[in-house]
Amino acid sequence: MLTRRKLALLTGAASASALLFAAALPGSALAQQKTVVDFWHGLPQPLGGQLEQIAKDFNDSQQAVQVNASYKGSYPETMQAAIAAFRAGNAPHIVQMFEVGTATMMAAGPAVKPVYQLMQETGASFDADAYIPAVKGYYSSKDGKMMALPFNSSSTIMFYNKDAFQKAGLDPNKPPATWPEMIEATKKLKASGSTCPFTTAWPVWAQFEQLGAIHNTPFASQANGFGGLNAELKIDAPLYVKHVQTLIDMQKDGLFKYGGRDNKPDALFPSGECAMIHASSGLRSRILKEATFAWGAAPLPYWPEFAKDGPKNSIIGGAAFWVMTSPKRTPAEYKAVSQFFTYLARPEVDAKWHMDTGYVPVTMKGFDLAKAQGYYEKNPGADVPAAQLTRTPTTENSMGLRLGNLPEIRNIIQEELEKAFQGQQDARQALDASIKRGNTVLRNFERANKG
Amino acid sequence: MAGEGWRRLPLTKDHPLQRRVTFDNRLLPYLLLAPQVAVTLVFFIWPAANAIWQSVHLQDAFGIRSEFVWFENFTNVLGDPNYLDTLKVTVVFSLAVTVLAMGLALLLAVLADSKIKGARAYKTLLIWPYALAPAVAAVLWMFIFNPDIGSFGRALRALGYDWDYRLNGGQALTMVIMAASWKQVSYNFIFFLAGLQAIPRSVMEAASIDGAGPVRRFWTITFPLLSPTTFFLLVVDMVYAFFETFGTIHALTQGGPGKATETLIFRVYQDGVVNNDLGGSSAQSVILMVIVIALTAVQFRFVERKVHYS
Repeated sequence: MLTRRKLALLTGAASASALLFAAALPGSALAQQKTVVDFWHGLPQPLGGQLEQIAKDFNDSQQAVQVNASYKGSYPETMQAAIAAFRAGNAPHIVQMFEVGTATMMAAGPAVKPVYQLMQETGASFDADAYIPAVKGYYSSKDGKMMALPFNSSSTIMFYNKDAFQKAGLDPNKPPATWPEMIEATKKLKASGSTCPFTTAWPVWAQFEQLGAIHNTPFASQANGFGGLNAELKIDAPLYVKHVQTLIDMQKDGLFKYGGRDNKPDALFPSGECAMIHASSGLRSRILKEATFAWGAAPLPYWPEFAKDGPKNSIIGGAAFWVMTSPKRTPAEYKAVSQFFTYLARPEVDAKWHMDTGYVPVTMKGFDLAKAQGYYEKNPGADVPAAQLTRTPTTENSMGLRLGNLPEIRNIIQEELEKAFQGQQDARQALDASIKRGNTVLRNFERANKG
Repeated sequence: MAGEGWRRLPLTKDHPLQRRVTFDNRLLPYLLLAPQVAVTLVFFIWPAANAIWQSVHLQDAFGIRSEFVWFENFTNVLGDPNYLDTLKVTVVFSLAVTVLAMGLALLLAVLADSKIKGARAYKTLLIWPYALAPAVAAVLWMFIFNPDIGSFGRALRALGYDWDYRLNGGQALTMVIMAASWKQVSYNFIFFLAGLQAIPRSVMEAASIDGAGPVRRFWTITFPLLSPTTFFLLVVDMVYAFFETFGTIHALTQGGPGKATETLIFRVYQDGVVNNDLGGSSAQSVILMVIVIALTAVQFRFVERKVHYS
């Protein structure tokens, strides 16, 4: 019960905390003059720390803006946090969103302020063409306007164990460039005692999305979804059937090992168990740290019969920064965001991030800067992802994907692949089932976002 | 405080053992109930009502566009053959977890209750797993059973057994069942042990003197007298298997391979959080809610009849 004594105590406590506030005021008064920008990201350590360091560098570089970077969990968790915050009218200024969330963000309409518009309104200079075309394309609207600020991008490449190659009598400086060569190499590796000649991380990103881009073959209709919400999956094309059946057969013969979904198989390469892996270029730093053998990096192999005029550029993965709206947002806050973005777009920031983390440079100038600093001479193979991303002009099929609920579609394909690898169905059935279930997802997304 | 705002009714013929409390002030009882009602409203009724509202709407992820679609989300979910598969997996999973967790716990409790050296140490060790977060427990299981980095998984492979839960649905399901039941054994163990200790020694001794062996004593005395505990644990374990095993499955298999370990609750998460399909996910929550309400009602209606409350 609230007695007089307790009341007195409470009042005392309240006034004490008011005093504390007052004591803290001189410090916070300074901070209050700065425009505060909330920035939510989804990078775990050590990458998250490196990203927060960039925000800190920016804060130190000027007086007007304070960017508060905070980790909100994995990419899907960060996305959920941002969505929930928007629904509550409390969205952060900037949110880092993984590439497969792009279509969802683009369809979000009033929830998002497109970057080109932000830069225009705040009078900041912003050159979308400074970005690598495969990067720019992924985050551009249908009419070529940049919707998000690209930042940490990666691509899929191949890492291979040079020691294992040597042991199997393969040339350690000549990684397989095509799939027939790939199959030959896995056979030799197996003969030399390897229990896992080849595995793949990101089964869908690496073996479907990249495969389609490299062979200039659509993953979905409507230019992979760039043309409209009414896209349908096209993964029953002969390329995909042949490729998936090859993987199933290789798995059966012990030449390929399915290592799980998403990035679960990553661990299989640095541990030395698998001799070759198709993985995110970002795996590089982990391999550097953990591998106790000689290794190399190479572009993804291709099927000569499906790429008559050579392989095309690969597509990106990773994430970009999106500007979110909120009922309380002021022009000054948008101005602050645009200042931060201008800083991030600098070639030296881009090149440093690339060299520190293993993500690809997102601007041509950043790429050139890293070259000029001799980074690739000191780190052979570090230029493979950027070279693969930029080797040809992008086509309609190698710009990227713009499909609603792509994470769900990826999971569907992974589930159907797992059933195929267990021997429950063949490639054709797995792909047909994926298309059927995937199209349902696309239709639901179309319906929910048509208005 | 008696006599201040409320008084006890004298014991009457109608209610020989119940004491009833009446209040002089008509508002006071409501006031006393208010916190409990508030908690129920905020943490149960409101979210449940929200789920029901969501389940009849089609929304984009950001909630900008919303359309009333009647029961379309329900017909979509129930018409999806994969959902029925998931239901089957859930039934197998829940039954297996409940039976395994209760059976093992009862066995261990009976053993720990007997006069043995170091009974206290055993008891402490058996209660330990309960202090572990499900996700942590699952990571430990992964370190044991992962075919590449797990100690036991590697041993199995070295012995020539093709252990790979990433591609073998049966193995994956077995593993999540074991991990989920292991987690619950401790909880059941505490309750069974307490139940066992509440059984009067004199009854057991009398039975022994009458010549009943340990097995007969267990089935004719211990088990019936334990039935309130058993019944309580049955309800709790079913609810646990349905709702609280998400962390275990999420950390171990993510519902795979294929959909071999996808339970209803995991799919609710997958559709709602990962796939941004709030309508479909809410429809599934509502279905799940109905299932669990029905299950608990059935348990109370039929199983409880056989329960002896002493």
